[in-house]
Amino acid sequence: MKQWYKSGAPWIWLNAGAVAISVIMVVGLIGLIAVRGLSHFWPAEIVEFQVGDPELGLGQMVVGEHVRSQTIPVQVARDAGIAVPPELGEGDLVTRHLIKQGNRDVTGRDFAWYPELQMSEWQTPPDAMVLERREWGDFFGYPLRLLENGEVVAEGEGLWDELQARIVRGNELFREIRRIERRDVGVISERMEALRLQQRGLQRDPDIAPEALADELERIEGEGASLQAEFQVLREELDVLRQASRRDVLVASVAGGEEVEISVGEIVRAVQPNSMSLGAKAAAYVQQFWAFVSGEPREANTAGGIFPAIFGTVTMVLLMSLIVSPFGVLAAIYLREYAKQGPLLKLIRISVYNLAGVPSIVYGVFGLGFFVYTLGGSLDELFYSDRLPSPTFGSPALIWASLTLALLTLPVVIVSTEEGLARIPSSVRQGSLALGATKSETLWKVVVPLATPAMMTGMILAIARAAGEVAPLMLVGVVKLAPTLPVDGSFPFVHLDRQIMHLGFHIYDVGFQSPNVEAARPLVYATALVLVILIIVLNMTAISIRNRLRERYRAASD
Amino acid sequence: MNDISQSPQRRQIAPGGRRSLLPSPEQRERLRKRRAFKDHVSRYGIGIAGIGVVAALAMIFVYLFSEVAPLFRSATVDPQASYSVPGVDADDELVHLSLERYNQLGTSFSQLGNVTFFEAEDGAIRTQLALPIPEQATTTAVATAVANANAVAYGFDNGQVSLGVLEYALSYPDNLRHIEPDLALPLGDEPITLDEQGRAIEVLGVQVSDRGTYIAAATEDGELLLASFQRRENLMTGEVSIEQDTVTLPAFDGEPRQILIDGRFRHLYVGDDAGRIHHYDIGNLDSVDYLGAVQVTDQGQVTRLAYLNGTVSIIAGTSDGQVRQYFPVRQSSGQHSLEHIRDFARYQGAITHIEPEYNRHGFLVGDDQGYLGIHHTTAGQDVFQARMTEGPLSRIAVSPVNTMALIVDDQRQLQRAEVQNRHPDISLSSLWGKVWYEGRSEPRYIWQSTASTDAFEPKMSLMPLTVGTLKAAFYAMLFATPLALMGAVYTAYFMTPKLRGKVKPTIEIMEALPTVILGFLAGLWLAPFIEGSLPAVFSVLLLMPLAMLAFAYAWSRLPERIRRLAPEGWEAALLVPVILLVGWFCVAMSPHLEIWLFDGNMRQWLTDIGIVYDQRNALVVGIAMGFAVIPTIFSIAEDAVFNVPRHLTQGSLALGATRWQTVLGVVLPTASPGMFSAVMMGFGRAVGETMIVLMATGNSPIMNFNIFEGMRTLSANIAVELTETAVGSSHFRVLFLAALVLLAMTFVVNTLAEIIRQRLRKRYSSL
Repeated sequence: MKQWYKSGAPWIWLNAGAVAISVIMVVGLIGLIAVRGLSHFWPAEIVEFQVGDPELGLGQMVVGEHVRSQTIPVQVARDAGIAVPPELGEGDLVTRHLIKQGNRDVTGRDFAWYPELQMSEWQTPPDAMVLERREWGDFFGYPLRLLENGEVVAEGEGLWDELQARIVRGNELFREIRRIERRDVGVISERMEALRLQQRGLQRDPDIAPEALADELERIEGEGASLQAEFQVLREELDVLRQASRRDVLVASVAGGEEVEISVGEIVRAVQPNSMSLGAKAAAYVQQFWAFVSGEPREANTAGGIFPAIFGTVTMVLLMSLIVSPFGVLAAIYLREYAKQGPLLKLIRISVYNLAGVPSIVYGVFGLGFFVYTLGGSLDELFYSDRLPSPTFGSPALIWASLTLALLTLPVVIVSTEEGLARIPSSVRQGSLALGATKSETLWKVVVPLATPAMMTGMILAIARAAGEVAPLMLVGVVKLAPTLPVDGSFPFVHLDRQIMHLGFHIYDVGFQSPNVEAARPLVYATALVLVILIIVLNMTAISIRNRLRERYRAASD
Repeated sequence: MNDISQSPQRRQIAPGGRRSLLPSPEQRERLRKRRAFKDHVSRYGIGIAGIGVVAALAMIFVYLFSEVAPLFRSATVDPQASYSVPGVDADDELVHLSLERYNQLGTSFSQLGNVTFFEAEDGAIRTQLALPIPEQATTTAVATAVANANAVAYGFDNGQVSLGVLEYALSYPDNLRHIEPDLALPLGDEPITLDEQGRAIEVLGVQVSDRGTYIAAATEDGELLLASFQRRENLMTGEVSIEQDTVTLPAFDGEPRQILIDGRFRHLYVGDDAGRIHHYDIGNLDSVDYLGAVQVTDQGQVTRLAYLNGTVSIIAGTSDGQVRQYFPVRQSSGQHSLEHIRDFARYQGAITHIEPEYNRHGFLVGDDQGYLGIHHTTAGQDVFQARMTEGPLSRIAVSPVNTMALIVDDQRQLQRAEVQNRHPDISLSSLWGKVWYEGRSEPRYIWQSTASTDAFEPKMSLMPLTVGTLKAAFYAMLFATPLALMGAVYTAYFMTPKLRGKVKPTIEIMEALPTVILGFLAGLWLAPFIEGSLPAVFSVLLLMPLAMLAFAYAWSRLPERIRRLAPEGWEAALLVPVILLVGWFCVAMSPHLEIWLFDGNMRQWLTDIGIVYDQRNALVVGIAMGFAVIPTIFSIAEDAVFNVPRHLTQGSLALGATRWQTVLGVVLPTASPGMFSAVMMGFGRAVGETMIVLMATGNSPIMNFNIFEGMRTLSANIAVELTETAVGSSHFRVLFLAALVLLAMTFVVNTLAEIIRQRLRKRYSSL
């Protein structure tokens, strides 16, 4: 034992333990996110049981999904105000289960803890269903019959297939309504706003002759009236559609047996997980996951999809890379190839490298103060004075978010490109110069092409960093819910002045600012998973490019 | 050199009749010129772009500095015009002067009751009004309420008082601002009798708030009277009646000189002729208490007393030029006592006037040598002091937006001066030192930047935030440093290359993991988990190393045949199941431990022994942020250890040292600067991290190192508050200062680390 200790082996093992713990933590973390994020879309079994006082008999019926369980000492349970049978002593443990019972509109409580002691056996009734609704969260219950304009059209056997068919119709109507509201009405209101600005500009213009002014105002009024008329037509169309979507009503019973009417137009999806085969579940899983990635958020981001956040993140990052790549590369070339090497350059280089370690929030502060308030404010005064005091560029916006992140990732690109330039064997360079090429020819035709992979690496690392950065974006351009995407069909197509949604901020917002954390939790995990996958893939690509590059030059310099 | 080759058509016929393959001299000349030109363009283009990028990055510093600099600029007072006080004749006397918020109109109150509104620009009279004065009575005392109430009370020699309130109606005819001044008489159009016996009022004090009006007076024979006035509006008839309630205050030994009443009608102060301030509790008019007196000065008298904005602090000026601040402090007995808080710069002459600023805790002071001073209480700052007039300064008015002042000397000559005093509330001592804030019992470090009313004193001490930042970084480093450094030594020196090729990128990928994800897991998963199984955290800490050692010993005793299966360098992989098992065991045992050792509920047990426990605390932050820092430290330290030249370690091993002795004696000393710089880099990252602390702590700016309480860091504070503050305000600039502090802190730490690393690299190459 003593000898074993003297050999130093215990220390080696402890060090090994440190590595093992670190690796377990990384893998465990990613595993945790993956499991939680992916399992959310699997149609979980719906359980049914009764709860109540064991002595007085079982009372209330509960239908829902089992979320998780917890084993705690009796004392903790009592301190937390949970009813515990008095015969349990200090030393006992109790288990409780969190049940998602949905039906927020009926019971007001969509998640509830139930102690195991007060539960009856769990049942899995085959006809239990879960409805994903546009409002009020999920519904758990049993389908009874389907009504069309108040008349029963399906009951019993054919009910489920009929319901699915009508949900498809309801979803189509909803999409149609959505299309009109978003696109057609949006176009009209944009044109109205343009007219209003024209009118304001004319009224302010001191040089305009009174007759011309009157003519112009009349024209604007006429156009406004025709827009109003168009708007009226659309409104009537919408009314018809809304009426149609209210046609079908599903009557269902909730856990207690009470009957509830649900408009089919409100239902996004209906599932009976207890009677589904594995294949059907897998299909539903894929469908739900797709709906999550491609859908729009609902109910204060606690339900629905994250497409606008993905789109916003990607747009912002692309714009950022457009800005950062030329400047980062040129700066690196300058520092490595042209600048006079000396103590000053060394200082500059260390400073630039260190900027990569400066807290990102500092960039956010700079972005808000300089880009948004100073630069954006002056842009507004110069070009958008008509719209003042409502700001155009003088408030957080896509362009400022991209610029701030470009500044933030500049050092990453510079460092990586410089490394790549330094790695190119001097023999290659000298060979080119010896053949009579000028410095710029050597640079652009020999050195830079060889260093492209290094630049790519830098760019990818910059993108990975930018995609995960949240703190500065909270200040310069990201919002919890953007009404429109930054790129759309109306001129000028890319709207640099719009605010965007962002995956990272979505996680922060939904996880910490949402009113219903329990309901939002699985979505946060799923969003985190999407972000993690995105970033790990980007990083892996960068690392593999870098490794391949190293191999190539090792061969070249030998 | 592709562009030098020419197309065949251009080739010329050489004089010998053979076709030359070379371009002609002119063509070559042209080509050379073009190439030289391109070379130049490229050189200067890249130069400009490169310098531009470096300049843009440098601009971050410059810009942050430029936003912060105005905080520390001292004030200026710039006289613009001079005219004699309008509306006050030679036989009359100026008793009060004020300015409205657009700096357009000034108002003078004279002894004879004339209220004159004049253009502040040149002194031209706009309107003259008169306050009701009883017939054949003369004004014997005048008092003003807190600055933004705009109320002035006159006391007469027949025991009556009048109260006037300035009102300004704003309108925009033809898009031009027009201010119509008026004088409202809230207590009625006729003077009100305060003293039924008709004694002359010698000293007057008044206060107006939404709870009513209080007027206090000292009569010629030294009796103190206090009257409260409540406006009642009859709901049916709309008729307004005023209820008056007058009481006599207990007398004290001395002659009253000045009276102050606070806006909540709880405290009343009387300055006397012997340099004392007497303190009354007037919370209940039926039983007014005399709470005692405070000696302001021994040598002279208190010449001026004035309430600051919020009517908590009073500023006393003395005949020997002292300016001192007092406010009531709640004693442990529940009583309030008036305490001396701080002193301001001394004046040469007696203090003649103290004018509080409208919406912050600053004030202007004039003395009888003609000196004007501007001070701020929270910051403990003397922002300005200079001689403005030849003779004594008699009265000062300051604009509600603090940009203009009217200064009057004893010859009734008025100077209009432009004041530049944007951030008197911030000084180095208010940012980094303990400050005695109003209503607190002692000086403290507090960050509490906003409140609902103007009367609130913003408390902007960066200390709690800095301590919070260091606290978060400290616990993160406590968690991360041992794991990362030990892991780095093992990975670089003991691990088989095959395993290393997998482990290193795995840990390094963590560095790219968005911190918002770590923060969200810490806040929503880790914090409740730790709260639920607190004993597990501590049992893991204890059991994990023991279990590892036990396993290691057991492994060394195993027969050689089995040990061969996993050669040296695979220890880490062998330990994985052990760690998982111990972790699972500790979590499973947690409730039982709680029952055995902590009366069934460890959280409650902690609270019972006096330890505050927040769910989102430094422990959670330490683990989550440690997690974020481990890859940074690990990666750099691993490089440093790995790059220790092989011949050194081989030499050591050849001389008979064990592997561990080689690590201790050769590897660590050589690599220690690199490991140190790794730790510094990690620290730099921990200091600036925002999202994790934002999400995993309660963000309460407290100042302690309790592991079970939260904190607020500089970065999280910026993220929370910057978007909600007014651009250009002191708060805005202090947040910029916080960013600058963060920038400087991380920049210095990182630069040091970088320099150490470069030294190390040089040393390795020379070894």
